[in-house]
Amino acid sequence: MGPIEQPRPMTPRPFRIETVKQETSNVFTWTLRAQKEGDTLAFQPGQFTMLYLFGVGEVPISISGDAEASGDLIHTIRAAGTVTQAMQQKQAGDLVGVRGPFGNAWPIEEAEGCDVVLAVGGLGLAPMRPTLYHILRHRERYKRVYLLYGARTPSDILYPEELRAWSDSGKIDVRITVDVGMDGWTGEVGLVTDLIRDIQLDPYHCVSMICGPEIMMHFTARALFHRRIAPQHIHVSMERSMRCATGWCGHCQLGPKFICKDGPVFDYPTIQAWLHKRER
Amino acid sequence: MPYRLDASSLQTLFENLKARGYDLLGPQRKDQAIVYDTLESVEDLPQGWTDEQEAGHYKLKRRDDDAYFGYVVGPRSWKRVFLPPRKRLWTATQKDGQLSLEEEPLPSQPIALIGVRSCEIHAIAIQDRVLLEGPHPDPYYAAMRAQSFIVAVNCTQSAATCFCTSMDTGPGATFGFDLAMTEIMEPEHIFVLEAGSPKGRELLADMDLENATDLQQAHAKAGIEQARQQIKRELPQDGLKDLLYQSFEHTHWDDIASRCLSCANCTMVCPTCFCTEMEDVTDLTGDHAERWQRWDSCFHESFTHVHGGSVRQSTRSRYRQWLTHKLASWLDQFGTTGCVGCGRCITWCPAGIDLTAEVKAFRDSERK
Repeated sequence: MGPIEQPRPMTPRPFRIETVKQETSNVFTWTLRAQKEGDTLAFQPGQFTMLYLFGVGEVPISISGDAEASGDLIHTIRAAGTVTQAMQQKQAGDLVGVRGPFGNAWPIEEAEGCDVVLAVGGLGLAPMRPTLYHILRHRERYKRVYLLYGARTPSDILYPEELRAWSDSGKIDVRITVDVGMDGWTGEVGLVTDLIRDIQLDPYHCVSMICGPEIMMHFTARALFHRRIAPQHIHVSMERSMRCATGWCGHCQLGPKFICKDGPVFDYPTIQAWLHKRER
Repeated sequence: MPYRLDASSLQTLFENLKARGYDLLGPQRKDQAIVYDTLESVEDLPQGWTDEQEAGHYKLKRRDDDAYFGYVVGPRSWKRVFLPPRKRLWTATQKDGQLSLEEEPLPSQPIALIGVRSCEIHAIAIQDRVLLEGPHPDPYYAAMRAQSFIVAVNCTQSAATCFCTSMDTGPGATFGFDLAMTEIMEPEHIFVLEAGSPKGRELLADMDLENATDLQQAHAKAGIEQARQQIKRELPQDGLKDLLYQSFEHTHWDDIASRCLSCANCTMVCPTCFCTEMEDVTDLTGDHAERWQRWDSCFHESFTHVHGGSVRQSTRSRYRQWLTHKLASWLDQFGTTGCVGCGRCITWCPAGIDLTAEVKAFRDSERK
């Protein structure tokens, strides 16, 4: 084995919260800057970090910034549990700890020369945003690019200005649907799977990346099969309890896979058998 | 070339190890069990004692001889040396707008493990794969392993719970040791000793021992063979991975769950179970926090907790995870089974659940 990593993989590095942006009532985005100069964090789209809140605890959060923009680390977080709720109380200037990045990446190279279908549900847009940034920077490498986004209600839609800008630029075909329409919503109401019916794609040169609740990923993959996308070109991002992110703690196992080191991104045939199993 | 060491000179070996800077860890009688702990001298060894084991049963008994290593395995395994039940990883201080973290120093005291069974050497080798060969080697584990000296003791008797012959992990040590000893009582009480590494050879050279005679070597071999013959339990490996993967929805899991207490004993005594929890604690001032890594178990409901609840809520699903991981998915993950046949999980299960019997039940139902 090689030399020990420094700092050790279990030791957070101090980062300062530069900005806090409230996205929806319980979702916020942090821009973080390393306290130690030059201590930037290079990552690939799809990877995550472990964010530590002093005295409260640590949670895995996917990176939602631009991998090719230098400097700050960007995370979009939903206040869902003890740690993330405490995180929502933090303000610019406060300190947090960061470990990582961990995990593998979305198949952005495999998708080159292909139609790309990015299907996201709810907060699943956050881990997909680095992929969108990458595609926008290298738009010529990809054919048709769809972002199919299902949100609960119109007020739950993340990054609305960016979505509009991406759509207006004509570079990404952004299609949004909500479970429940309100507030004068004139767009689609329904499931992400409904959006798949109407898109035009070359099924033999198409790569799809899906991120959302497991049930959404399951049915989205099924809808893509109906469009003749091969299972190996469908990729999903999985989530399980994660305590170390280094492969030591055993918590994140799903069948034979460790989500932290084998994933979080899996091609569909690899994870299919386990995605459908009810472990309860 | 094997050497002979008189039983009365065992202390000389200990002194030689100590002189090289090693702290000794080895078997001793504590709380009515034989456990591994700090060893001062041969006086601490469980001389003249043996262990009687069955499913849910462990009892120390007097031997009718003075064997030092005349027991099989106890509730503790060596994993606590490399992966301690609790260890601090770092201390954090947040004060005056600064967050600073101080890593716990890595251990620097070399240790000699005295009396490592062959199945336990395999268990250490398995944990090496888990904790050293992934993308992020565990620094503490790596430091302890690099500083350890392993003195194996070949088994010359087996417990009723042993099944190393099914797992191809014993009863004699074949690799992974610095020294390996076989204790023989007849015609005289000696150890037949061989080196398995440059460190071991160097130590033996310094001890200036006589070669073991052919007869002594034959007695040592016969002792190991006797242990092999005594093994009654079996866990055939043939098709086991597929059997367990295919048995995911089998009703026999419900039958096991009706007996399993989900107490986690099996995972605590298992020499390969590696799951841990990362625990953050703070002091009352609120200025200091610490992260501790402690043993965890897939039998705890909290183990799979995510927002929205635990993934594995029932005992059925948790026992299934443990057994399927140990005997099936471990192979996909690390290229080796996670079981070494030491039988600890059988002995220390308060409900006497025996994985060899449970696997047989799955096999038998498949044949029907």
